[in-house]
Amino acid sequence: MTSVRLLAITKEYGERRVLEGINADIASGSSLVVTGRNGSGKSTLLRVIAGLTRPTSGQVAIEIDGKVLAGEERRNAIGFVAPDLALYEELTALENLAFFAKARGMRRSRKDLRELIARVDLAGREDEPLSSYSSGMKQRMKYAFALLHEAPVLLLDEPTANLDENGVALVDEIIREHRKEGLLILATNDKREVGYGDQIIQLGF
Amino acid sequence: MGTKSSSLASKAIAVYRKDIVSEFRTRYAVNAVALFAVTTLIAVSMSVGGFGVTDKNLLSALLWVILFFSAMSGLSRVFVREEESRTASALRLSADPIAIYIGKLAFNLTLLLALEIIVVPMFVVMMNAGVRNWTFFWLILLFGSVGLSAAATIVAAIVSKANAKGALFAVLSFPILAPLLVTAISASSAAMGGGAFADCWRYLRVLVSYAGVMITASVLLFEFIWED
Amino acid sequence: MMLQSLLGVWMCGVILAAFLWLPPAKGFQYPEAARIIVFHVPNAMAAVLAFLVSTVYAIKHLRGRNPADDAKSAASAQLGLLFALLAAVTGAVFAKIQWGSAWNWDPRQTTILILLLIYAAYFALRSSVEGSDRRAALSSAYAIIAFVTVPFLVFVVPRMTSSLHPSDTLTSRGGLGTQYRIVLFSAMAGFAGLYLWMFRLSVALAEIRNGKKGV
Repeated sequence: MTSVRLLAITKEYGERRVLEGINADIASGSSLVVTGRNGSGKSTLLRVIAGLTRPTSGQVAIEIDGKVLAGEERRNAIGFVAPDLALYEELTALENLAFFAKARGMRRSRKDLRELIARVDLAGREDEPLSSYSSGMKQRMKYAFALLHEAPVLLLDEPTANLDENGVALVDEIIREHRKEGLLILATNDKREVGYGDQIIQLGF
Repeated sequence: MGTKSSSLASKAIAVYRKDIVSEFRTRYAVNAVALFAVTTLIAVSMSVGGFGVTDKNLLSALLWVILFFSAMSGLSRVFVREEESRTASALRLSADPIAIYIGKLAFNLTLLLALEIIVVPMFVVMMNAGVRNWTFFWLILLFGSVGLSAAATIVAAIVSKANAKGALFAVLSFPILAPLLVTAISASSAAMGGGAFADCWRYLRVLVSYAGVMITASVLLFEFIWED
Repeated sequence: MMLQSLLGVWMCGVILAAFLWLPPAKGFQYPEAARIIVFHVPNAMAAVLAFLVSTVYAIKHLRGRNPADDAKSAASAQLGLLFALLAAVTGAVFAKIQWGSAWNWDPRQTTILILLLIYAAYFALRSSVEGSDRRAALSSAYAIIAFVTVPFLVFVVPRMTSSLHPSDTLTSRGGLGTQYRIVLFSAMAGFAGLYLWMFRLSVALAEIRNGKKGV
């Protein structure tokens, strides 16, 4: 049983208050959708939940069976996809994933990694450096990065950015699969994707 | 898929190997540092080599000035590149901050030592600098480099979040490296003159403790610097 | 208000005593010039005090993440820079008169120069980081890293060259007369008070700039 609790999250950049008093409580098997116009703080909120950005005040608690996670356990509980996230361009898909698995303290065989790459429809390109990938292929690689450690919490910021029809279908499948057991947080303005939310946070007015 | 937690060392090694492979393919830092070092060395030996500089203090001061500025030209790349290519977030999400610092430090140290293997013999030949005690000379370079890269790595992490990174890197590094440089200069001058063991040990002690203190402080502070 | 006036009167007393009441110091080549000690030494001590306070608040900031602690750390560093600069200048004036050259890489001069460089770099860093949280965290971390290298500086630099600095004259008994001791210690107290007063002013100013009332 995984849960994400947001307690009065506020984030200020100097004078500008981007997030103010955001509260939420989500448990595994359900999903949260964050919507709002551009610049309303969707990405910031997801970065705060991911632990990439420290909130000015308030707390984020990621819990598994009532235990609040920290450090490596917290990092490994989260899969994150976002437009401003990039993987290593000079490394191949396989090398990228092998590195991230090792950095997370996990063992993944070549076969496991190839299967993961095949799952995001990049089979056959795993030995090419990411610099030769199109933006849609890079977006698919981000899903491989996010799914690599089988995290119970999946944070997706603009999940279908740069993707073609097949890519959108792939993301739909990943979301549907994850929603069964896992916890999903989406930041999107796409009407269809908003429909995935059991809870919705509307940012900015 | 089996998952097994592994030690800090193996994660640091993963970061180190990743950086080495990246560097091998792009040659971002190596080219900058090596060319800078060789250019400076030639500039120095052209301008003063003709006078037949024999003063050991002056020679070793010139050597460390060259090494310091070469380090400043490239050692900030380890963090600046992660920020510029926007890979820092993926790294933050995946790796232990301490493993990242250690891996990056090891990378910078490798780079600096590789540089010294090329530049130092060139310096000795071009400047006609006689070295009496080679063992001690290399020991000083080794431990001096550990301290130099430890300080450069933590300052690189700071600078990667600031504007005007290039200029700031040397400005922030020099004052904290001053004690190390002063010691290393006296020590290599002693090694050129063939100093006694006791003399050498006195300098090495300072260099080793500087490196130790700098690495410890960096490990303690890195988390605060690294988080966004 | 009361304390301020008292501080003003006290400093006036110190200045008058330094120039009128003190006899020329016999131990020096130019005894009249030794009066500068009364201002040089307390300035240096105020600088050390200010840098210590700055580091303490930097550590406190990283532990508690209170922006007010960072503001205090920066305010104190700024004052430290000012006092260190004054100490360096008064020292150079004294050196010029007594030894004939204003700058001769005396260990004390080297040390204070590097301290000045550290805190100049600290402010260069502050001005080139965007975002107050980030600026606070990075500059606190730099202040602490710089601070841990200071013991090495104090240990290493004196071995470079021999010192002409007359610190022994000041600390040994009978080096300077009782009158000198009285004025010097009064000046130290005065400069410490001056530092505290200026520190509180800069902190208050920083709070107004950040639009916050109270601490």
